[in-house]
Amino acid sequence: MKELKLMKGNEAIAEAAIRYGVDGYFGYPITPQSEILEHLMAEEPYKKTGMVVLQAESEVASINMVYGGAACGKRVMTTSSSPGISLMQEGLSYIAGAELPCLVVNVVRGGPGLGTIQPSQADYFQTTKGGGHGDYRLITLAPASVQEMYDFVGLAFELAFKYRNPAMILSDGVIGQVMEKVQIGDYQPRWTDEYIKKSFPWASTGKNPNKPHIIITSLELDSSKQEQVNIRIQNKYKECQANEVRYEMINCDDAEYIFVAYGSSARICQKAIQLGREKGIKVGLLRPITLWPFPSKILGELADKVKGMLSVEMSAGQMVEDVLLATKHKIKVEHFGRFGGIIPTPQEVLHALETKIIGG
Amino acid sequence: MTEEIIIAGFGGQGVLSMGKILAYSGIMQNKEVSWMPSYGPEMRGGTSNVTVIISDERISSPVLSVFDTAIILNQQSMDKFEKSVKPGGMLIYDPNGITRHPERKDINIYQIAATDKATEIGISKLFNMIVLGGFLKYKPIIQEEFMRKGLEKSLPERHHKLIPDNLKAIAIGSEIIKAYHTL
Repeated sequence: MKELKLMKGNEAIAEAAIRYGVDGYFGYPITPQSEILEHLMAEEPYKKTGMVVLQAESEVASINMVYGGAACGKRVMTTSSSPGISLMQEGLSYIAGAELPCLVVNVVRGGPGLGTIQPSQADYFQTTKGGGHGDYRLITLAPASVQEMYDFVGLAFELAFKYRNPAMILSDGVIGQVMEKVQIGDYQPRWTDEYIKKSFPWASTGKNPNKPHIIITSLELDSSKQEQVNIRIQNKYKECQANEVRYEMINCDDAEYIFVAYGSSARICQKAIQLGREKGIKVGLLRPITLWPFPSKILGELADKVKGMLSVEMSAGQMVEDVLLATKHKIKVEHFGRFGGIIPTPQEVLHALETKIIGG
Repeated sequence: MTEEIIIAGFGGQGVLSMGKILAYSGIMQNKEVSWMPSYGPEMRGGTSNVTVIISDERISSPVLSVFDTAIILNQQSMDKFEKSVKPGGMLIYDPNGITRHPERKDINIYQIAATDKATEIGISKLFNMIVLGGFLKYKPIIQEEFMRKGLEKSLPERHHKLIPDNLKAIAIGSEIIKAYHTL
């Protein structure tokens, strides 16, 4: 039985973690995502499902606790906002290097530095282009509603375990703070130790004389072996790019112009589409759901059909670079955004389309 | 039907909870809803506001700059949001503490002396429900039975005994609201 609730995006993340049977949450509070830890503490899942909820001493500690839990084949996660996520980058690189699954949620606020607590999307580069050192990627999901905040916790763990790689939910202050209707699922049991032992031979699950030692590390001083590690990881990423691209198209069938936007910006663009269509402007929306792997192919196809695209982001222009790569300069592509915690209005977005793309 | 509302006042006036009860009641009546609060430094003392959208369709942007209705409960919010009402839209305000009354001629303006009424009958905690009652008189988007269900859902069970008082406050609001300038 699905239950309907009115929830904040942050609360939906926490509720989903409990109901999808997550084993451990390690985090440190920071606005605008503190409701995640608050909701978990209030719900006390350690009494219901045995899920560990721990306020760590710092973000660095949180991500390394995640590293440890992931090494044991457990479903573990942490959440933070931009400055806290920056602190976690070393750990994320190690987890990717050790090929372990986990979930990290970033409810983005305006930067750089401590910046502001208001919404922003300026962590796109950090999330999709690396963040930490070395050749690795984060499987990145961008929810645009409270329902997706809930659903993507399940999806992120599914993908993280399928590819043995960290997954990130890249949200922002709007989707974290807004309350919407959300359908929540039944409680799923946590995985048993037997299931983990059987399903994940890479996991460190205790001494067993019939099995070789499991060594979890991202260190390999022999370069020829380290190159093989990199090749294996890159092959995995190619498979992920071939199979896991997700996006939503709205009003694209007859569109002459396309907004490209994710998360809360995609919601603002939907309003801008209504306003534009009232004025007779045929505009649609391509909403990337996976930011990595990025929906390049469909954008390339759309570039053969439409006259121009506007990448709308609450940043100085980050995703627009991927839109430009995907559309290969066949059509006019521009960026529009506000930053530092300012949310663009639908009217501003439509005006930007009219001046930068249609009249530009 | 889509109704885009801003509710704005001081922290502690019940601005956010009024919006939450409206949103929960919307869900009970099978509507799409969104509730987007201000969560910045202002929430830690000072002004507080929330954007509530109730619709029959999927809601696009939860963040808006113009509204069908503005419910304004202090002067700072009047200065900020009077200009944000769509032409032909509605502005409801409590004159308590207002030093400059609304001046627009292209919208419907209603006054509700909820602060005075709530103090007079000793239900100052239900001030926000009086205001909500005033709103529902002119925008009857939620029926009473669904308001009751919304209250049941949004209030913790230990407060359920207060639901009749809440509904009474809503009824009082619909009686005391009066036109200030109408089209």
